[in-house]
Amino acid sequence: MSRRADRIAAALRAAFPPAEVEVADDSHRHAGHAGARPEGETHYSVRVVSPAFAGMSRVARSRAVHDALSAEFAGGMHALALTLKTPEEAR
Amino acid sequence: MTDTVHSRIQAEITENPVVLYMKGTPVFPQCGFSARVVQILSHVGVPFKGVNVLEDMELREGIKSFTNWPTIPQLYVKGEFVGGCDIVMEMFQSGELQSLMEEKGVAAKTA
Repeated sequence: MSRRADRIAAALRAAFPPAEVEVADDSHRHAGHAGARPEGETHYSVRVVSPAFAGMSRVARSRAVHDALSAEFAGGMHALALTLKTPEEAR
Repeated sequence: MTDTVHSRIQAEITENPVVLYMKGTPVFPQCGFSARVVQILSHVGVPFKGVNVLEDMELREGIKSFTNWPTIPQLYVKGEFVGGCDIVMEMFQSGELQSLMEEKGVAAKTA
């Protein structure tokens, strides 16, 4: 797993405990396309299951995740696909 | 500067019932995520205005700060932010997108 992927997973576990977090680096699938960088680490898919999302709208959940990962966006992350569920919804 | 872009965006989403800020055009999307939302809106049969942020650097950054959302595409219905690609797709799959369009009075034209 790439270093950015590790940082993403750690940041999300810290922001939404207790969270089940999966991070996939999709950068290789976007190689050569706008936003991609030769060194990769630009495109990610993330799935987070956490009770912290209860009572939050879809937009609010995503914004909370964007906030937790603002350093990564500032540092060249280009795309982030999100699946954000509460444990009940994930069942 | 930012104020001008923001007021332009505000006017655009007020004047047009459904606006998609995207990379490329509805006919030639230049990003897979934008393409997916175009496909969904076309499937639902809702007319929309596609705005190509790649043609305008100021808009490309301005739409992110306007919505407080770091990525593109971004879908607006009746002046309200609905979401990006993931949210639109989830809402489409659960039928919520179609209900939202009906509620907002921008339901599909019947073929």
